[in-house]
Amino acid sequence: MTTEELIAFRRSEAWREELRKSKKNKERADIPRVHMNELDAEYRSRNNEEVNLGLTVEQAVLEAQRCLDCPNPTCMTGCPVGIHIPTFIKYIEKGEFKEAAKTLKETSALPAVCGRVCPQEKQCECKCIYIQKMKKEPVAIGYLERFAADYERESGQISVPEIAEKNGIKIAVVGSGPAGLAFAGDMAKMGYDVTVFEALHEIGGVLKYGIPEFRLPNSIVDVEIENLRKMGVQFIRNCIVGKTISYEHLQEEGFKGIFVASGAGLPNFMNIPGENLVGVMSSNEYLTRVNLMDAANPESDTPVLFGKNVAVIGGGNTAMDSVRTARRLGADRAMIVYRRSEEEMPARLEEVKHAKEEGVEFLALHNPIEYLGDERGRVKQMRLQKMELGEPDASGRRRPVPVEGAIETVDVDLVIVSVGVSPNPLIPSSFPGLQVSKWGTIIVEEASMRSDLQDVYAGGDIVRGGATVILAMGDGRKAAAAMHENLKG
Amino acid sequence: MNKIVSKEHFSANVVKLEVEASLIARSRKAGHFVIVKVGEKGERIPLTIAGADIEKGTITLVIQAVGGSSKKICDLSVGDEITDLVGPLGQATHIEKVGTVVCAGGGVGVAPLLPIVEAFHKAGNRVIVVLAARTKDLVILEDQMRANSDEVIVMTDDGSYGKQGLVTHGVEEVINREQVDMCITIGPAVMMKFVSALTQKYNVPTVASLNTIMVDGTGMCGACRITVGGKTKFVCVDGPEFDAHQVDFDEMLMRLSAYKDVEKK
Repeated sequence: MTTEELIAFRRSEAWREELRKSKKNKERADIPRVHMNELDAEYRSRNNEEVNLGLTVEQAVLEAQRCLDCPNPTCMTGCPVGIHIPTFIKYIEKGEFKEAAKTLKETSALPAVCGRVCPQEKQCECKCIYIQKMKKEPVAIGYLERFAADYERESGQISVPEIAEKNGIKIAVVGSGPAGLAFAGDMAKMGYDVTVFEALHEIGGVLKYGIPEFRLPNSIVDVEIENLRKMGVQFIRNCIVGKTISYEHLQEEGFKGIFVASGAGLPNFMNIPGENLVGVMSSNEYLTRVNLMDAANPESDTPVLFGKNVAVIGGGNTAMDSVRTARRLGADRAMIVYRRSEEEMPARLEEVKHAKEEGVEFLALHNPIEYLGDERGRVKQMRLQKMELGEPDASGRRRPVPVEGAIETVDVDLVIVSVGVSPNPLIPSSFPGLQVSKWGTIIVEEASMRSDLQDVYAGGDIVRGGATVILAMGDGRKAAAAMHENLKG
Repeated sequence: MNKIVSKEHFSANVVKLEVEASLIARSRKAGHFVIVKVGEKGERIPLTIAGADIEKGTITLVIQAVGGSSKKICDLSVGDEITDLVGPLGQATHIEKVGTVVCAGGGVGVAPLLPIVEAFHKAGNRVIVVLAARTKDLVILEDQMRANSDEVIVMTDDGSYGKQGLVTHGVEEVINREQVDMCITIGPAVMMKFVSALTQKYNVPTVASLNTIMVDGTGMCGACRITVGGKTKFVCVDGPEFDAHQVDFDEMLMRLSAYKDVEKK
């Protein structure tokens, strides 16, 4: 059955038709979109508890009623992993929450993660008929996804997807972030013997070292990983493919296919004076210390700097994660410094809103040009150039240009640079013959994610250079389908 | 995993551990390092590999107890396991026949210097080792160095063994005596700074193996960044060895003290 046929078949089931007819579309459309329950801003800005609390059963069922169960569900075209969105939502409306969770897991290895960190407003929800045709707020697909996944987990009866008969073919995955996990899940379902190699001492990649606890608790990630283990996926930590084990060694060990999902890696800096002062660091370093190494906990051996006046340079989600973390670690003044205007910020609106509620200051149209240190080499001030918007640049956004003479000096004791990442050359350089772009990303054929090396596929940030969890997962699924097609002969 | 199979005290604070790590033993080369973490809440710290035995599947680490985390490693006993061990990391030493090579090591830097001495000697170079320590008891690996080089000069601060003086005195003596084509130095940052200043004066190309603060050790965090020839480099992926004459040692020393105020016991 093709996906289209499956969508039509599921929609035509008796219970779905009955459910559809139980309410007029007008009634459904009149229900206002649900609001996410969240912790009080003052309270949460001093601890690490998850900010979003999820929906109650009543809220979820009511929100599910808003979905019109379209014959041609455009929302699905916005989902990189192809979740059967109306199907899972209608299960929620019917009260069959575990069936909803099962539907999610057909195509997503990490539903509880996606329900929290996906930018749904740029994916499924922006394709919803409410926003496309009716000028109304879209169905809260992301909230409902999280609801179904959380309901199943909290019930303690987590379903393990059906696994095809084992085919004995060994597959290696490089990196245990979202792309690698999505790939591993799909390959395991198809009966492959999957081993995931992780360089760090924890499984989960950016989900563990990058995204903070208050946005994605590690315990949630661990449950999804445990589910993959139950599906037969093996995880090897502290093992760097290309260093600990070579490409040739993997081949000798009988791995027939390799999926490289090693992530973006190297943090960018701005190359301005004073950037190597003590107290200036990348968001990767700051977040890794706090999230992966638990450095804010007195029990942990890893230190972290607790800034009182903290500036985070950049306007993306990682910048928001960093500044909100700094606030939680006791910053009196936590600032976002961004060279464009707030409108151009790449961060999710929700993250910006949450940051503001938590007392984060936004210095938009400001660009750091120098950091000044004390006699011990510790950062004490930053010099900011004020900017204004000029003509649109190649990205279509209006280019920020300096306002002549408008420079101000601001006191800081911690600066976190969050201006993007570059691909880590470690993998590409240890796979002889692998083609990389001028940016250092691995070049793959778009439809199959296959590289020039016939047994090597790649996806996620090592191909894209810096994207989202869900796009990485989409790559993982695409690569799994293509590798399977190729290996089954 | 990562079981300690032997332990030897070089001095009160310096310990040599032989650790099971067959994959690392197989793939490591001179100059590589590993990241070690002891305990669930342990810190990730870099240690340069001092040797390996492929048949036994072990690597050798030499650690000096200087802070909380290095002390935790030194306190491990035979049979204990290192919680997390990953590597080999960094770029291997570039080994070639250049002529006469002076290898200057101080403190525990002498340990990672040993495989480099071996490799340069095997490549047909005349290798002169200058070993420096505060006092006689702190001189390590002298016999192994003698077995793998043409000459070993021992320098002690207090003159209790070998010649009295700093490592730089030993290096300068060799440079004044014969043609030196290359110098390699591993030791405390301050020592390398002075070796570098000396060899720059005599125009002897010099490589320093740097040991900075790291978290992941794979290029992800940038904690290890230093300035080399005016450009920012990451010790973990671009190094750990650099042209010493281009390294901004003062900045490196400053960055090494980043967590002095907040270091945990």
